[in-house]
Amino acid sequence: MLAFYAKKLVKALASRSLRRGLFSIAMFLILWELSSRLGVPIVGAIPAPSDVFARLITELTNPYYWRSWGTSLTRIMTGFIIAQILGAPLGLFLGVSRKAKAIIFPLIEIMRPVPPLAWVPVSVIFWPSAEMSMIFVTFLGAFFTVVLNIVEGVSAIDERYLRAAASLGSSPRDIFWRVMLPASLPSALVGMTVGMGITWCVVVAAEMIATNTGLGYLTWRGYVAGEFPLIVVGMLSIGLAGYLSSALIRRIGLHFTPWLAVR
Amino acid sequence: MTETASHSLTALASPSSILPKVGLLARLGRNLGRWLASSNPWLNLLGLGGFLILWHLLTTTLKVPLFAKLPGPWETVKEWFSLNPVYGISIFTLEYYQHIGLSCLRVFLAFLLATGLGVPLGLLMGWKKTFSDYSFPLLEILRPIPMLAWVPLAILMWPGRESSIVFLTFLGSFFATLLNSWLGVKSIDEAYFRAAKCLGASESLIFRKIVWPGAMPYVFTGLQISVGYAWFSLVAGEMLAGEFGLGYLIWDSYILVQYPVIVIAMLTLGLVGSISSLLIRSLGNFLIRWKVRESGQ
Amino acid sequence: MTRGGAISVRGATKVYDPDGARVIALDHCSMEIGAGEFCVVVGPSGCGKTTLLNAIAGFHELTAGEIHLNGQLLSSPSQPATPGSDRVVVFQNGALFPWMTIAENVAFGPMAQNKLEPKQAKEAALETLETMGLSLIANDYPGRISSGTRRRAEIARAMACHPQVLLLDEPFRALDALTKTVSHQFLMEVYDRERPTIFFITHDLDEAIFLASRVFVMTTRPATVKKILEVPLPRPRDFRLLASPDCQRLRAECQAAVRAEALKAFSVGERER
Repeated sequence: MLAFYAKKLVKALASRSLRRGLFSIAMFLILWELSSRLGVPIVGAIPAPSDVFARLITELTNPYYWRSWGTSLTRIMTGFIIAQILGAPLGLFLGVSRKAKAIIFPLIEIMRPVPPLAWVPVSVIFWPSAEMSMIFVTFLGAFFTVVLNIVEGVSAIDERYLRAAASLGSSPRDIFWRVMLPASLPSALVGMTVGMGITWCVVVAAEMIATNTGLGYLTWRGYVAGEFPLIVVGMLSIGLAGYLSSALIRRIGLHFTPWLAVR
Repeated sequence: MTETASHSLTALASPSSILPKVGLLARLGRNLGRWLASSNPWLNLLGLGGFLILWHLLTTTLKVPLFAKLPGPWETVKEWFSLNPVYGISIFTLEYYQHIGLSCLRVFLAFLLATGLGVPLGLLMGWKKTFSDYSFPLLEILRPIPMLAWVPLAILMWPGRESSIVFLTFLGSFFATLLNSWLGVKSIDEAYFRAAKCLGASESLIFRKIVWPGAMPYVFTGLQISVGYAWFSLVAGEMLAGEFGLGYLIWDSYILVQYPVIVIAMLTLGLVGSISSLLIRSLGNFLIRWKVRESGQ
Repeated sequence: MTRGGAISVRGATKVYDPDGARVIALDHCSMEIGAGEFCVVVGPSGCGKTTLLNAIAGFHELTAGEIHLNGQLLSSPSQPATPGSDRVVVFQNGALFPWMTIAENVAFGPMAQNKLEPKQAKEAALETLETMGLSLIANDYPGRISSGTRRRAEIARAMACHPQVLLLDEPFRALDALTKTVSHQFLMEVYDRERPTIFFITHDLDEAIFLASRVFVMTTRPATVKKILEVPLPRPRDFRLLASPDCQRLRAECQAAVRAEALKAFSVGERER
């Protein structure tokens, strides 16, 4: 097993693309360190990578840092799951029923272009607790993307599949469960991935604006308290968290859509 | 048939019907007519009207808990179109347009910068493997960081609020533009490059005649997405660091308990955002006529 | 009116190595194609015909062996060929640039090689289209015309460069039978007018016999030449020729050779590539 990975690593290192990539990352770090140390205007204001790294090491043993992860992840998951639970059936329903689409779609079209963050004050006014308003804004971030992608997925189903199913004697119920649902799944997954990205964006900003917990606030605190390396630590953590959650969705998605996997 | 082979070939090669050149207005009129003739407009109105009535009932008439604190539709509209607004913001006040103007200016500047940098870089990354070998890993490291996580760093980096807000807005649209331009080149069938080489095209000709037009549809999709992101991050930037602009107006009205203004500013943001993406879409459709015609078949 | 274009393939071998799975696409394949000859290559799906065509066109290098054009080395492992306008390809799925009109497409070659100014190139393109009976679609975008017409326009684009060799990779594969016969007629007229060397890949045996001077039957992968069939039918040819006993006999012979290979390929579930 180990030999297998070692062999793979050697082979990968032989690839020119990888060497070039490593080279450019190394150059990037060196330039960053230099510009920070020399105090180059604008870019030099970013704390040096060595300071960031040192700070990261101390944060790793700090329970407060890990609590921030937990808080943000809980908000994300709650908001995102509610968005799925409400958004997926609504999307399917709008995709199937023309009348419902005509009634509800204009509303969505009006609300969608309003950036999710603009909802923060309204949400804070409305919900009795800060946590609930946070989750509501998170939910909104993913909701519209999820609904729109499912509607699009359902309307884009090739008519031939529906006809084939009908001529093979399926009931409307069967057609819904065995044709429409799987056929709109890929598009729904795209919506979920995009929605996850937006959700992280929203949570982070909302945490900066309206609470004092979570990874977003951790980053903001770095700025307010003048502990600048903490800002970058926070950004990197958020980046990693966002990346991991998107990867998780893709992973789950692949499991449910095996036919999309390429040989 | 053989005797007249070339004649019959000419006949067979006749084009599919040539598109009648319909004026934009005529087309709009026809679409409007079709829309009115269907049952859709009434259902659409039913949806919107129902929503407004529900909103009014919940907030104003019944004063249901939670909802009672929100401004009702009538209150908002009255304020929005008032000659003499209670909170100083309506379509008849200069301040309203100052907020809109400043937000638009910021988005415009940031969008211009993001397009000017993102499109060429993206095309180059898609086209030249060497370039993408060097730049792609960096992009992949920076990209997962949500653009709004940059807020504190942006404020730290730039002197003055104005430049940090524009920088944030720029970041929001830059990655979407870059990525879609890259995808655009990747989406071009390898056969087109091969065909161009076969026909003796130089590198610069391949760029002008294959890479550029071929990636165009994706580039414009990217621009449309990116302008949305620009508004998205603008709001965050203005809320956290602005002194003017629609995002700031929302936050300021929250602090000052001028709730109807929040809704006015939100709706204005939605409207201005839709107009900007509509503008880009029309420009795109104009520039990619071949695609429109192709899919029109 | 021959302008050169003799191709000599000597021991061409191509091994793909994705993820360590060695796939031998071509194995010591050799063939001699005379200048101005119409040569058709038939063989089972995925047998490596396209690999050979791509090597001649200069899209990828060989693992071993050499290809010569007019007695000069064109491609070898150490000196891979580059694509050039002396060997123009008509692609399997079509590669007319969708963002250019047909006339702009046809004008592209001469303009790209700086042989003609854009304006002259456009005029020359219109002329080419006129001789080929395609002038009605000159200002249409490829997306607006039928696939059969698109194929003919792509051949016109290739011929506007006056290449020595025309490489066609199953160009008429997706066409219906009627459009196909018309397209054959079109290609024959082009060939009889200019006599380029033609390297034509197909699965369709009728097509092969009708068009070819010689048919090369390939084995299943790794591909080599299994059999060469002379088609001594006179030119210009007419579609009624297909019903003649000579033609039927050749077809049967060809069928016998290719069928065994197709069965082999079929049993391993060879995928189109």
